Amino acid sequence: MSFGWSKPYEPKSDFGKWMDARLPLPRLVYGSVGGGYEVPKNINYFYNFGVLSGLALLIQIVTGIVLAMHYAANTEVAFSSVEHIMRNVNYGWLMRYMHANGASFFFIVVYLHMWRGLYYGSYKAPREMVWMLGVVIFLLMMATAFMGYVLPWGQMSFWGATVITNLFSAIPIVGDTLVTFLLGGFAVDNATLNRFFSLHFLLPFVIAGVVILKIWSLHIPGSNNPTGVEVKGPADTIPFHPYFTAKDLFGVGVYLIAFSIFLFFMPNFLGHPDNYIEANALATPEHIVPEWYFWPFYAILRAFTFDFILPAKLWGVIAMGAAIVLLFFLPWLDSSPVKSMRYRPKARMWTWVLAADIIVLSWCGGAVAEQPYIIISQIASMYYFAHFLIILPLVSRTETPLPLPASISEAVLKGKESTGAPAGQPDSGPAPVAPEAQPAE
Amino acid sequence: MFRFISYAIGLVFIFVLALAAVTGLIDSAGAETSEADLVREEFHASNKDVHWSWEGPMGLGVFGGFDDRQLQRGFQVYKEVCSSCHSLKRVAFRSLQDIGFNEAEVKQIAADWINEVPDINPDTGETTTRKATPADTIPLVYPNEIAARAANNNALPPDMSLLTKARPHGSDYLYSLITGYEPVPANFPEDQVSEGLHYNPHFHSLWIAMPPQLSDGLITYADGTPATVDQMGQDVTAFLTWAAEPKMEARKAAGIGTIVFLIIFTAFAYVAYRRVWADVKH
Repeated sequence: MSFGWSKPYEPKSDFGKWMDARLPLPRLVYGSVGGGYEVPKNINYFYNFGVLSGLALLIQIVTGIVLAMHYAANTEVAFSSVEHIMRNVNYGWLMRYMHANGASFFFIVVYLHMWRGLYYGSYKAPREMVWMLGVVIFLLMMATAFMGYVLPWGQMSFWGATVITNLFSAIPIVGDTLVTFLLGGFAVDNATLNRFFSLHFLLPFVIAGVVILKIWSLHIPGSNNPTGVEVKGPADTIPFHPYFTAKDLFGVGVYLIAFSIFLFFMPNFLGHPDNYIEANALATPEHIVPEWYFWPFYAILRAFTFDFILPAKLWGVIAMGAAIVLLFFLPWLDSSPVKSMRYRPKARMWTWVLAADIIVLSWCGGAVAEQPYIIISQIASMYYFAHFLIILPLVSRTETPLPLPASISEAVLKGKESTGAPAGQPDSGPAPVAPEAQPAE
Repeated sequence: MFRFISYAIGLVFIFVLALAAVTGLIDSAGAETSEADLVREEFHASNKDVHWSWEGPMGLGVFGGFDDRQLQRGFQVYKEVCSSCHSLKRVAFRSLQDIGFNEAEVKQIAADWINEVPDINPDTGETTTRKATPADTIPLVYPNEIAARAANNNALPPDMSLLTKARPHGSDYLYSLITGYEPVPANFPEDQVSEGLHYNPHFHSLWIAMPPQLSDGLITYADGTPATVDQMGQDVTAFLTWAAEPKMEARKAAGIGTIVFLIIFTAFAYVAYRRVWADVKH
């Protein structure tokens, strides 16, 4: 396999030639993450989150496989088997806390990765497929995380599963049948736990498969960059290895430090105390909340409180689905030929409003369902849909973008002169804004 | 065409949300908070602040482990006070060695435990009970929930194995609760009094089924520490915090080692990154 983009691989040793003629694995590595993959030289630290997402997936798979060796997916013993892991299995506590906090950190890096794509227009032609495969991964991640949260069989596991699966009952005619089919019974019970375990084990490997497709499709046009200007020639790029392997290694170190702080010193901070109470179908928790990474979508779901033609619950389900599905259409909703928000002052402003909006939605999604959170989540949900479905399409047709640099290297050199940044400073491009906010945390 | 569909969908969502917002505001303007909620809000007390040994310097929780002597005292409180109603079913006797009891002591504690372990008579096959051994977990107080409720005026004493992790700020909360019983305030509304329950401003509903348990001098500590309510409350909370998270000390030790390693690793990675990039204008 080779990419039109990559430099051709030339095996040097005799063994290399022998191997290349039979199984060109070194060629694949060289062309995808080696010296053959040319990357725009101006990409900043925000471009580390792709590799970090891959690392997070790997950590989840490795710790998850170990946990599955000790976990028992049966309602009678599931909760106790988790406590068995925590108390009796050697380093079981480490595996479980890594897996539980690893899920949160996976979402943190994926949200930052998505934000990067949103800000620098990485979803636009010719990279629509990269973006859409990313949305597929995001959906699979959400399904996997949701089912994984059910497995410890605590109170939030049980009641979260009950609330979320019940959403499907809002679908007209087939709703109730569908819920029964999904649960394997009339309520969340042993059949549900078993199938969730099975699917929770399967889906990460599906994600890994889609990741391969995504990297493949990324390597056809090559990586985007903060200017959004396509690569014009060899002066614009440097090879992935050693330049970005070195940079990513540093990023991995920073990520693991942040991860370790949570993992070792506040392992239950991102969890919910109620999940240390065993599931009890007869006692409903005071207020049921999903994990923090679902809060923005949970807020949209709950914002619909009025039966307009359709029941409010169905509106909520449709809107929550639409909030994610519309991301598939983003490459066409935003018709501006300019990719990077650096050169789109109006769209840039609205994109920052979106970031603030998603933070507000998260805050509402984690709060109790009463005023003023309801009205705030309704306004924030209005903006969410307005942003993607109305503002962005309109702005992309009416705004006057700033002049684009002729090439990446010109942008780099000009940035040097105007900002006087010291040599070697990462991201010394012309943009005055440093994207720091996180879409959901 | 495509963009008009997108405008239309956006406007539909916004319209439905606007309807929901307006009707929601009208509803909430008419809604009144119930008296029970108001009373709860007025009389509920926040957690007392205790500095626990595991919170370490500045309360960061990075350093600081358990105090074994305190845990042993706490175990004594559990054994002599709590264990008549509350089980601790996830804690094995053998793990008491982690808080400083020696093997012989653990064997003795298990054998002397007030409840025995369900068993099968090897000769007749009939159910029976036997004395606990260090390999057993602490035996249940009641055979099942119905028995527990029947013995406790229909209230269920929760198992204590995970209690401090199953409540927000669990250690502070538990300590506040067991030491926080008060006489009913004079201005407490008559109709909000729950007969048969006990007033405790730290409990979410203010009225708890468990009567106050601790009183000064209730037990005689093996190490001679004066058994005040506050002392016993802190000790048993510390013990239950250990019971909920027995690997905490190992976790923190591993964490400090890991982070020191990662900082060195990351520093080297940064230097390597800068050296690799030294000749690139970017």
